[in-house]
Amino acid sequence: MSDASLRILLIDQNVTRASILEEGLREAGYTMVTVLRDTENLLRRIVDADPDVICIDLEDPNRDVLEQMFQVSRVVRRPVAMFVDRSDADMIKAAVESGVGAYVVDGLKKERVRSVVDMAVSRFKAFNDLRDELDRAKQALGERKLIERAKGILMKQHGLSEDEAYALLRKAAMSDNKRLVDIAQAVITAAGPGFSLDGSRR
Amino acid sequence: MKVVVGFMPLLDCASLVVAAELGFAATEGLDLNLVRETSWANIRDRVITGHFDAAHMLAPMTVASTLGIGHIRTPLIAPISLGLGGNAITVSLPLWQQMAEQGAVAGDFSLAPAEALKRVVVARERAHLEPLTLGMVYPFSCHNYELRYWLAGAGIDPDRDVRLAVIPPPFLADALRAGQIDGFCVGEPWSSVAVDAGVGAIVTPTTALWPLSPEKVLGCRAEWAERHPDRLAQLLRALYRAGTWIERRENHAEVARLLAQPNYVGTSEGLLHQALAGRLSLQPGMKPILVSDFYVPSRHAATFPWVSHALWFYAQMVRWRQVEFSAEHIRAVRSTYRPDLYRAALRDVGAELPETDLKTERFLDGRGFDPEKLHEVRAPMPLNAP
Repeated sequence: MSDASLRILLIDQNVTRASILEEGLREAGYTMVTVLRDTENLLRRIVDADPDVICIDLEDPNRDVLEQMFQVSRVVRRPVAMFVDRSDADMIKAAVESGVGAYVVDGLKKERVRSVVDMAVSRFKAFNDLRDELDRAKQALGERKLIERAKGILMKQHGLSEDEAYALLRKAAMSDNKRLVDIAQAVITAAGPGFSLDGSRR
Repeated sequence: MKVVVGFMPLLDCASLVVAAELGFAATEGLDLNLVRETSWANIRDRVITGHFDAAHMLAPMTVASTLGIGHIRTPLIAPISLGLGGNAITVSLPLWQQMAEQGAVAGDFSLAPAEALKRVVVARERAHLEPLTLGMVYPFSCHNYELRYWLAGAGIDPDRDVRLAVIPPPFLADALRAGQIDGFCVGEPWSSVAVDAGVGAIVTPTTALWPLSPEKVLGCRAEWAERHPDRLAQLLRALYRAGTWIERRENHAEVARLLAQPNYVGTSEGLLHQALAGRLSLQPGMKPILVSDFYVPSRHAATFPWVSHALWFYAQMVRWRQVEFSAEHIRAVRSTYRPDLYRAALRDVGAELPETDLKTERFLDGRGFDPEKLHEVRAPMPLNAP
């Protein structure tokens, strides 16, 4: 059950991730959600939003700015803290692992904010997993290109067929106990800058 | 043995970088994995949740976490210091101009420039101008306490007469340029970066306020240290040896080259080299001057975790109302610093091993902080208290 009276502030420079979380919160019935996509004039904007819960991307260096604001109670109207109860350790762990920092106004009952924090954790995690997967896919694509290029060089240098060039790379990788892409990189480096992408001489 | 250690991009992550890159960790049988972080809060949380085995940590952070101030209470320990000093107080050029009109002189590291600042502060108040805003890096940091000590020494109330704001170090020079802040206290190379960018003037290295003052430590969970005593001892030896290597002048160029890499500090190699050598260019275009014992990675038992440092931090936390004084806290504060682990790990490597855990800390104004008299520390205190 959601608590529509909770004011929630999201600080995330990643527009997509912020939208995903915002949408989730609104669907769950939280109507008072403010999103900050940059941290200019952060203090003023936090005071204006007067949030009960603040979620911030852990990659944002401004997290330390928040921590200090919460130390100085005269700055924000109500003191805010990351969960300080020993029993919150699991929640902190889950939050940190998913890449989100969650702060809650002092004195607010944990049950009231639990679902907000849980949602932030799960959406951040889903988004970051997806991003990591994309990074890995991009890397794999980059590696494929390197291998193609090394094959081309070997074909040119030694008059090999494509299959023979590939077999040579694999053999070298296995005997040196290295990854195929590392061998490919070595072949490209050794060939010098004179070879273009497909392995032909410039 | 794999050990994961978090760090922030600052000059004094040097011993971690050198230990990892130049084989000091490997010699001890450690596979030292360094992870660069973007905030001190992340450093703390990743140590507490076990993502990191240990981290480059603001020394007062270990005390704050052990006492549970501002966050979940988790006993942390500081078994080794990662060097002394390295901080400076820097102001914007317009503020320096106003201070100079009030009698501040470049290179005067006494309290006189702070007194000139006091006159600027008073004049601004009379003219109904907004108070000055000064930046520092974290509430539980030596930078915060040093800046407050310096201000209070000249009769400026850091909570009333000026505003203190946290700004992450890489943003300080830009914030100064934009007029968002009027000055800051930070570790190198970030003061030199502001001078080099033509936007700041270094007023004083904080080592002039407090010679051989503490700064970062290696922080880890007390529970991790208990579970992995051997790994911790190996790490301490690797860091100690890295520190002595860094200190030698002939190695400064190599250290600067390593730190300048984008995955470490990622700032100009020249500025890092300068800071390692204790040379500071105080104002744009001014030739660097030598500040003795500015950044001390090893000599003067710089890596020894003095319990008196932890007690001074606690006294500052009380003084600036971050926590209420309690006699029960004292035991916890003392247990945060672990000279016993330091001595045990470094017994056979020729390290200087002080026989006592406490020393009287001496400050610029000639006064000392006597850790045995901690019970006298109360908030509020007179502004000019040690």
